[in-house]
Amino acid sequence: MKSPTSPAPGAERAEGVFDDFKPAYTDSQALTEANRCLYCSDAPCIQACPTGINIPEFIRKISTGNVRGSAGTIFESNILGMSCARVCPVEVLCVGDCVYNEMGVPPIQIGKLQRYATDHAFEAGWTYFEAGADTGKSVGLIGAGPASLAAAHMLRRLGHACTIYEKRPVIGGLNVTGVAPYKMKADRGAEEVDWILGIGGIDVQTGVEIGADVSFTDLEARHDAIFVGFGLGPDSRLAVAGEELAGVAGAVDFIEAFKLGPVDLGGVQHAVVVGGGNTAIDAVRELIGLGVPEVTMVYRGAEAGMSGYLHEWKAARIEAASARWRTQPVGFVAADGRVAGLRCVKLDEKKQPIAGSEHEIPCDLVLLAIGQSKLGALLADVDGVRLERGRLVVDADGETGRPGWYAGGDCANGGKEVVNAAAEGQRAALAIDAWLKAGHGLRGQ
Amino acid sequence: MPDLSTNCAGIKSPNPFWLASAPPANSGEQIMRAFDAGWGGAVWKTLGQPIQNVSSRFGAVDYRGSKAIGFNNIELITDRPLEVNFKEIYEVKKRYPDHAVVVSLMVETRQEWQDIIKRSIDAGADGLELNFGCPHGMCERGMGSAVGQEPTVNERITSWAVEYSTVPVLVKLTPNVGDIVPHGLAAKAGGAHGVSLINTIKSIIGVDLDTFVPRPVVGGLSTNGGYCGAAVKPIALHMVGALAREPSFGLPISGIGGVSDWRDAVEFLLLGSSSVQVCTAVMLYGYRIVEDLIEGLNGYMRDKGFARLDQLIGRAVPQFSEWGDLNLNYETVAKINADKCIGCQLCVTACHDGAHQCIHPKADTRVPVVDESECVGCNLCQIVCPVTGCIEMVPVDNGFSPASWNQHVGEGATLRPKKGVH
Ligand SMILES: Cc1cc2nc3c(=O)[nH]c(=O)nc-3n(C[C@H](O)[C@H](O)[C@H](O)COP(=O)(O)OP(=O)(O)OC[C@H]3O[C@@H](n4cnc5c(N)ncnc54)[C@H](O)[C@@H]3O)c2cc1C
Ligand SMILES: Cc1cc2nc3c(=O)[nH]c(=O)nc-3n(C[C@H](O)[C@H](O)[C@H](O)COP(=O)(O)O)c2cc1C
Ligand code: SF4
Repeated sequence: MKSPTSPAPGAERAEGVFDDFKPAYTDSQALTEANRCLYCSDAPCIQACPTGINIPEFIRKISTGNVRGSAGTIFESNILGMSCARVCPVEVLCVGDCVYNEMGVPPIQIGKLQRYATDHAFEAGWTYFEAGADTGKSVGLIGAGPASLAAAHMLRRLGHACTIYEKRPVIGGLNVTGVAPYKMKADRGAEEVDWILGIGGIDVQTGVEIGADVSFTDLEARHDAIFVGFGLGPDSRLAVAGEELAGVAGAVDFIEAFKLGPVDLGGVQHAVVVGGGNTAIDAVRELIGLGVPEVTMVYRGAEAGMSGYLHEWKAARIEAASARWRTQPVGFVAADGRVAGLRCVKLDEKKQPIAGSEHEIPCDLVLLAIGQSKLGALLADVDGVRLERGRLVVDADGETGRPGWYAGGDCANGGKEVVNAAAEGQRAALAIDAWLKAGHGLRGQ
Repeated sequence: MPDLSTNCAGIKSPNPFWLASAPPANSGEQIMRAFDAGWGGAVWKTLGQPIQNVSSRFGAVDYRGSKAIGFNNIELITDRPLEVNFKEIYEVKKRYPDHAVVVSLMVETRQEWQDIIKRSIDAGADGLELNFGCPHGMCERGMGSAVGQEPTVNERITSWAVEYSTVPVLVKLTPNVGDIVPHGLAAKAGGAHGVSLINTIKSIIGVDLDTFVPRPVVGGLSTNGGYCGAAVKPIALHMVGALAREPSFGLPISGIGGVSDWRDAVEFLLLGSSSVQVCTAVMLYGYRIVEDLIEGLNGYMRDKGFARLDQLIGRAVPQFSEWGDLNLNYETVAKINADKCIGCQLCVTACHDGAHQCIHPKADTRVPVVDESECVGCNLCQIVCPVTGCIEMVPVDNGFSPASWNQHVGEGATLRPKKGVH
């Protein structure tokens, strides 16, 4: 089944040029790796997984030939287990905590094994979950990203009706429009969306922006509980004159564009990516992969202080990325109405401009990857919802402070990973279920 | 969902997976945790006059990076007071009425058998298992395998137990015999309702090269122990199959020996076991392995279209035949899939030194060639090949009609010319 809101066919998407950075395992590779797993008790890798997948169990099931059960173990804890297998930064999560690291032996490639099991499940069409008996309750979810999808799936297992409102035409959030194509392409993310929606009873209304097309008050009138999973807002801007020039774009916008359709980078000789986080590193690697001859990252901190993962930056460097550390953009150079260079200063240890260090980096494309804005302000008028610098403040169950309103994912955690969104969505779903089953509900209050 | 429930000699359980009588089934607290994890039954750690154990007790064989592919122990029967065991059996049965609780027993005199059987049944045992198998310590005291190795003694004690018991009696057989069949028949003659096998195999697990003491070391000495774990499965499967196909036997079998995952368990079922017991794999990895046992069996039954266990129990028995009935004209040759070959040439060495010198290296490639005119179809190359599915044993149509040795000798059936004879 292809959902009508899936991305364009592969050939029309610029991301099609990328190969998998971590290719799929063959049967022999998977078996060899699975047999290496020690099947630890109370395993550190489980603790390191935000969704708490029983990793040793699913790996053992691969080694016993019970691949169907293996994938079942994964999905039981994480319904986005297929995409997480590809997009999770396992180096700093499960794999990073494998006890083999302590032995000086290469850690188990948990992500690749997880991909092996879940890909098999997708290919074979195995199903694992059924919707629970109808409770007559309805939950409205804002945003169709990983957080809402995980929440909605769990809510359906528990028998509650779900409506997801998504302002974009595409379902799946940044997992479809943002993650690097050498990890997962948009169509695979969309297949997962269809697979999750396969449980039935999740009504996704695309092109509906909550707060604009439907008010928060209306939403409360329609549903018994609300889950906010609207993620983060547009790319932050530098507030430096010249940002509006052609050839200057937000990195997340740019990534979405080439993931979902064609891009024309024909003339670009030298691209600069401003920022030092994971989006910046992704953008650098993506520009290289898309054929830009020279790509430079400009970051105001030192290499050691990057917020992006070291393993990702190492990979970028191998792909011939270069970087200017302690460098801050202060202006743009224009030629023929397009960007022709970035003016920068060097910063000292205290991140103060060094006098006389101003210089120009000639370039014909600048991507801004200095973070995404926060959307919390949208809820400023919704009484009880706690906000902190644009982020929704929630407790461990995802409660926002306004009865019946729950939140999870990037909008609440400030911007983490898909797996965090999945974990928080599922956890909130359980809390919503408990709240509804205790006799509460927003409708008719 | 296939139905996994089973009835082994009148002992019913929600699935065929039972803990074997051993440390994992030592106490009520453990067995209840095992039932919560999914085990369908448990055979209580053998009860008798409580003994004193040694330390250390266990040893293992590691093989090329795999830990404990074989395991041995020199521990005896329960060391806990009988009344404590019976109280716990009662509690377990009360809380888990649908699970199988079988009580393993080992005592000496007829009077002792009568007493301990009564107490076991009063405590709620669903069945009894007579431990005629322990090959160390207890046999020196005239019990365990000392009983199991003597068909007449086996039959006599079995008949006492059957006389005193109101619940099904399984006799647990020792593999430390030349032919298992007479021992199974002795249990049958004694009136047993079923048998369980195998208990452990007499063994020395290794020798300490520095101290010259065999392992496990008990204060400078050692003794023979009982071998179990993954490595013993082939021996256990044979013994189970040998009884299952014996026409004069016909009793239900609880299969034991080297079961670690669901595929091992299915093999025991296919060879005629109606329940499967596990000890070592649980000792090594815990009760949690039952999740995969259940799921794997479920998936297998679903894939094969089996709705109930009795549709697969014993399915492999008719195909377990005598050598003399095998078709000598059936011919296979090895085929190497060049696309999968990684060029290790382990098959070349194996065939050259260990088989029939018919796999040869070839110039300009690491992929060797099989001389099919010489290949005897022994499987050795396939066994050493590290790549799944790279070497296939392909049947050859040689034009000869099927002919077994018995047909050849009895009816003069024509045999194909021998291959690989230089
Ligand atoms: C460039 C980039 C690369 C990334 N790479 C990885 C990676 O490799 N691995 C990883 O684990 N994580 C990665 N992440 C992070 C990951 O994508 C997010 O953490 C995750 O998608 C958050 O899920 P979410 O459901 O909270 O929000 P989102 O995925 O952002 O989904 C929110 C959805 O809400 C919709 N929405 C917003 N406002 C409204 C509204 N008012 N009404 C209706 N709908 C609305 C949005 O259109 C969007 O579809 C990356 C992020 C970016 C930006
Ligand atoms: C440490 C240990 C103790 C055992 N104790 C008993 C026992 O008390 N009674 C008994 O009938 N078998 C006993 N056994 C044998 C097991 O029940 C079982 O028959 C044997 O280990 C083979 O199964 P496995 O390969 O799954 O371990 C013991 C085995 C081990 C390893
Ligand atoms: S397993 Fe437990 S009882 Fe045995 S030696 Fe180790 S700590 Fe002691």
